[in-house]
Amino acid sequence: MTAAELIAVAAFKSGVFSQAFPAFGVERRGAPVQAFVRFSDEKIRLRSQVYEPDYVIVQDSTLIKDVNVFSGMKKGGIILINTGGDIHGTIPEGVRYIPIDATKLALEVLGVPITNTTLMGAFAAASGEISLEALEEAVRERFSGTLADKNVAASRKAYELIKGGA
Amino acid sequence: MKAILEGSHAVAEAVRLVKPEVISAYPITPQTHIVERLAEMVADGVLESEYICVDSEFSALSACLGASAAGSRVYSATSSQGLLFMAEVVFNVAGMRQPIVMSIANRAVSAPLSIWNDQQDSLCLRDSGWIQLYAEDVQETFDLHLLAYKVAEDHRILLPVFVCFDGFIISHTYEPVDIPEEKDVLAYLPPYVPFNKLDADDPLSMGMYATPEYYMEFRYEIDQAMGRALNVIKQAGKEFKEKFGRDYSELVEAYRLDDAEVAIVAMGSVCGTIKDAIDAMRAEGRKVGLLKIRAFRPFPAEDIKKALAGIRKVGVFEKNVSIGSRMKGAVGYEIKDALSDSSVQVISYVAGLGGRDIRIEDIKKMTDAIEAGNGDCFFGLREELI
Repeated sequence: MTAAELIAVAAFKSGVFSQAFPAFGVERRGAPVQAFVRFSDEKIRLRSQVYEPDYVIVQDSTLIKDVNVFSGMKKGGIILINTGGDIHGTIPEGVRYIPIDATKLALEVLGVPITNTTLMGAFAAASGEISLEALEEAVRERFSGTLADKNVAASRKAYELIKGGA
Repeated sequence: MKAILEGSHAVAEAVRLVKPEVISAYPITPQTHIVERLAEMVADGVLESEYICVDSEFSALSACLGASAAGSRVYSATSSQGLLFMAEVVFNVAGMRQPIVMSIANRAVSAPLSIWNDQQDSLCLRDSGWIQLYAEDVQETFDLHLLAYKVAEDHRILLPVFVCFDGFIISHTYEPVDIPEEKDVLAYLPPYVPFNKLDADDPLSMGMYATPEYYMEFRYEIDQAMGRALNVIKQAGKEFKEKFGRDYSELVEAYRLDDAEVAIVAMGSVCGTIKDAIDAMRAEGRKVGLLKIRAFRPFPAEDIKKALAGIRKVGVFEKNVSIGSRMKGAVGYEIKDALSDSSVQVISYVAGLGGRDIRIEDIKKMTDAIEAGNGDCFFGLREELI
């Protein structure tokens, strides 16, 4: 949910309307959870969950065994998966798959395997929907002091990694 | 200031700005984030308020009732089982004419246990004497809290208010919200002036024993005050528009109803999804519109009659079930009554109970059913489970 919130705040700071919400259930750290984000040039009224995402971010690739993370994806969509190796499952035709070892990167920069800001940096680079500056602003609003600095560094590193590889 | 806030935190901001002198609440999903944030504000000195920690919802509203009777502006928040547990005190608050405002993060009731959204909880307390307002989005939820205090504390009214918004769908969603300046809120909502209060130097009693010679007149006066609230809410909404730009001068909101043949009536966050569905159906040439109900108590029957004049068929989206009733939903009866001297067909659809997601496709299917005249039923049942 933190990642969804960060995207929504960053998108808002980039000048569009945004909406972020969890798949309302048990919100325990470590339990499988889903969260959704919409952004639009117009006010967002729709309240249903997202069934046909343009982008999918998978924070833990082991979930792919249990959840169809590709569900509803269409040609031109992008799926960003946090993985250190191969994934189980077949990428749908026309969907761009971007692997990133966000856990390793987060451990290097933050010292903890919490991948929200790393994956957000990667998402900003892969999608072009939010700027790195807006993301940094969102991160600095959410965290303070050295924690904010470290998270900004983590998102920047992931951003550059994806930009460099693209 | 425009910011992206979680619905619950937007509510906490509204409460910070109205500065209640006393807050008492007991945490329950999905209301918890509101009271957590308020407790934080009080602990940090951002909000000067007495936060009374209690052992249950029953105690929470009891503490609020006492504090209000002593002349304080008071706030509470709850959901579902919490509201039901309070029920006895809920009636007492209205009976003693205490203008308490309470947020209801609408949630289904047990059993089976569900933490997810529908509107069964607040609708159960339809006859309690509390004003009931329903919000569509985070902004409206924020705004209605300011408006609620203005109406509740008006000496012509002196009734408590539920500000209802859908649990999780609004309480846990981050979206843009405009938070006004403190001085503007103060200009809209001056400090509370109690009509009367408990005072050792000038003693009085509240909620006394009323013998058969007196009881009915008390109930009559509550109903009269509720009737006056129709206009007082409109005035407060008009003043809100002048001050903050957003219009709440009507108790209902018509969306693309002008040349509509079919109308959907709904309350709360699903109105947003219905508006998108209506735009999609209008693009296909279908003459359909929405009537959103913002105030369920008092019930704006005359406004509804006016807004739905000329409509052939009306379908009511019910996030509640009145078990054993013919129409199945509680709101449908009120709409049917408002339209009783016309030939318009009114049908109810019990939908989205216990958090079942409502999509644009569902609204299109519901519109098909309204056009066909099939209703007064549960909508979207999973037949394989029955």
